[in-house]
Amino acid sequence: MDLLTILQVLDSTMRLAVPLLLACLAGLYSERAGIFDIGLEGKMLAAAFLSAAVAYTSGSAWVGLGAGIVASLALSAVHGLASITFRGNQLISGVAINFLAAGLTVVVAQSWFGQGGRTPQLAGAARFEPITLPFAEAIRDVAFIGPVYYELISGHTALVYIALLFVPLTWWVMYRTRFGLRLRAVGENPAAVDTAGISVVGLRYVAVLICGVLCGIAGAYLATALQASFVKDMSAGRGFIALAALIFAKWRPWYVLYACLLFGFLQAMALRPDVIESVLSFKVNAQLLDVLPYILTVIILAGFVGKAIPPRAGGEPYVKER
Amino acid sequence: MTIMTKMFSATAALALTASAAMADPAIIFDLGGKFDKSFNESAFTGAQRWADETGGSFAEVELQSDAQREQALRRFAENGNNPIVMAGFAFATALEEVAADYPDTKFAVIDVNWIDMPNVRGIGFKEEQGSYLVGMAAAMASETDTVSFIGGMDIPLIRKFACGYAQGAKAVNADITVLASMTGTTPAAWNDPVKGSELTLAQKSQGSDVVFAAAGGTGVGVLQTAADNEMLSIGVDSNQNYLHPGQVLTSMLKRVDNAVYEAFTQGAELETGIFNLGVAEGGVGYSRDEFNAELITAEMAEMIDAAGVKISAGDLMVHDYTSDETCPALDF
Repeated sequence: MDLLTILQVLDSTMRLAVPLLLACLAGLYSERAGIFDIGLEGKMLAAAFLSAAVAYTSGSAWVGLGAGIVASLALSAVHGLASITFRGNQLISGVAINFLAAGLTVVVAQSWFGQGGRTPQLAGAARFEPITLPFAEAIRDVAFIGPVYYELISGHTALVYIALLFVPLTWWVMYRTRFGLRLRAVGENPAAVDTAGISVVGLRYVAVLICGVLCGIAGAYLATALQASFVKDMSAGRGFIALAALIFAKWRPWYVLYACLLFGFLQAMALRPDVIESVLSFKVNAQLLDVLPYILTVIILAGFVGKAIPPRAGGEPYVKER
Repeated sequence: MTIMTKMFSATAALALTASAAMADPAIIFDLGGKFDKSFNESAFTGAQRWADETGGSFAEVELQSDAQREQALRRFAENGNNPIVMAGFAFATALEEVAADYPDTKFAVIDVNWIDMPNVRGIGFKEEQGSYLVGMAAAMASETDTVSFIGGMDIPLIRKFACGYAQGAKAVNADITVLASMTGTTPAAWNDPVKGSELTLAQKSQGSDVVFAAAGGTGVGVLQTAADNEMLSIGVDSNQNYLHPGQVLTSMLKRVDNAVYEAFTQGAELETGIFNLGVAEGGVGYSRDEFNAELITAEMAEMIDAAGVKISAGDLMVHDYTSDETCPALDF
C-alpha cells in the first residue's frame, strides 16, 4: 500500500467524519446542559434542505449556510420549548423533530421545486468549493510533506476547517470560561446553579440553540459542500451515529474529534475492500465495518473499556420547587 | 343549519365522484417516491402518458413505509380501482396476501416475475440485457481499462444489474477490471448520496473512469461526483443523460413506463400471467440523445446495437444472476 492510497483513505475519512463531528459537538453542548437530543438527525436534514434550497435561489453557498442554520435553529427552538419550557419528555420531542423534518423537507421541496422532494442542482458559487491552501501547489513535490499537505490538509471546503476549529473552541468554552462551567453544572446539578442565582432555563436554551447552529452547519455541509443538492433522507442516520460517537467520546470535546475520526475511518475503510484485503490479506465483510461504530459504543456502554457516565441531570426537566 | 345542509350536500357530491372514479386504474409507488428521477418516475411517466392520451384519470399513492403496502393495496381494491399497478419488487409479499381476497380485481406488479396467481400480471425485466449493453459502452469508453458499478441496497435484483454490466464490459475487453460496490444492506442505501460519492471516489482511486449507478437517490451523488471528478457515469431506469450533459455516458433504460402504460391501456381486461421484457420486447435498452451524442460514437453504437440484435434473436445469452445466484464475470 503506497502513501497515495493511505492519503485517499484518510481524505475520505475526513469528509465522512466532518458531518459526524459537527453533529456530535452539537449534541455535546445540548447534553452537557442536560438536554438529550436525538433530533440531531432531523435538524441536519432540515438544514440540508433549506441550505440547498436557498443556495439555489440566492446563488450563494454562504447565504444557504445561513438559511440552513435558521432551519436548524427553528427546530432547536421547538425542542427547547417542548423540553425546557413545557418540561416535556426530551426523547419524544427529539423523535417528533426527526419525523417532522423527514416529512416536511420532502413536502416543501416538492411544492417549491416540483422535482420530487429534491432541490435543483447547485453550481458555481451556490456550492462550497474546495479551498487550496497557500503553498499547496508549490510544495506538492516535496517528499512526504508535500503530498500530505496537498492531498490531505489542503483541498477541503471551508466548512471542514470551520468544523475542526470548533473542537478547540468547544474545549475552551467548556473548560476555560465561566459560561462553560455553568453549562456543565446545569447538566449535573441544575438546582445548585439555580441557587447561585443563574437561570437554568436561560442556560439550557443557549445550549440548545448552539446545538442548532452546529447541526445547521452539518446539514449545509451535506447538501452544499459534499453534494450539490438535497435528496430526501440524505442525512442517512448520521445524526444517530453522531450520538453513538458522543457516548463513545464520553461527552468530551477532544474525544469527540477522535471518536468521529475513528468512525469516519471505519466508514472509509468499508468503501475500500481492496485496501483491507491487501493489508490483512483476507476479505473483511463491509457490513462488519459498518456496524463496528455501534459495536464499539455498546462495548463502551457496557463498561468494558472505561465507563461512559452521562451528565447526571440529563433527560430530566428542571422544576424549581417540588 | 344551512351550513350543515351545505356540508352534507358537499359530502354527498364527494361520494358521487368517488363512485364515478370506481373503475379507474390505480398505481402505488415504492418508497423512493414518485419523482425519484428513476424507477418510480418512469412508472409515473407511463401512467401520465395513459392519462394524457385517453383523458382518463388514475388513483395514486406514494408509500412512506413498508407497513403501508398491504393497507394501500386493500384500500384501492375496496375502492374498486382496477387494475392496480405496483411499482417495485417489495410488493410481492403484500400482494400474495391480498390478491386472493379480491378475485375480480386485476393486479400488475413490476419487478416481480414469480407470483403465479390468476388475477396477477407479473412483469419482470431482463435487466441483465440492458446492463450488458451499457457495460459494453463503458468498456469502450474506458481509457484505464477499469470500470465500476455502484448498487443501492444489496439485493439479488441489483446484483443482476452488476452481473450483466460486468459481462458486457468483459465481452468488449476480456482483460478489463470491473469493480462493484453496494451502498448498504438496508433501505437507507437508496437515499445516501454522500456514501455514493465516497464510493465513486474510492473506485476512481482504484483506477475506474466509468461508473454505472443502480442505486436510486444514492445515484444522484454518484453522477454528481463523477461529473466533478472527470469520470463518466451511467444512469439507470430513466434516461438520466440530461443531469450532467456531456458527462453521463448513457443510461440503462428500463421501460417501466411502457409496462405501466400497457397495463393501464388493457384496463380491467388486463392479461394476467408472467411477462419478462428484454431487449427483444423493448423492455430494456440504452439511451442516446443530444446530451451524450459526443460520448457514444457511431462505431460504439454500431457494436452495441449489433449485440442487441443478437440478444433479441437469442444468439447471445446474458447470464441472469437471479437464476442461480452466481455470476461468471464478477465476484461479489
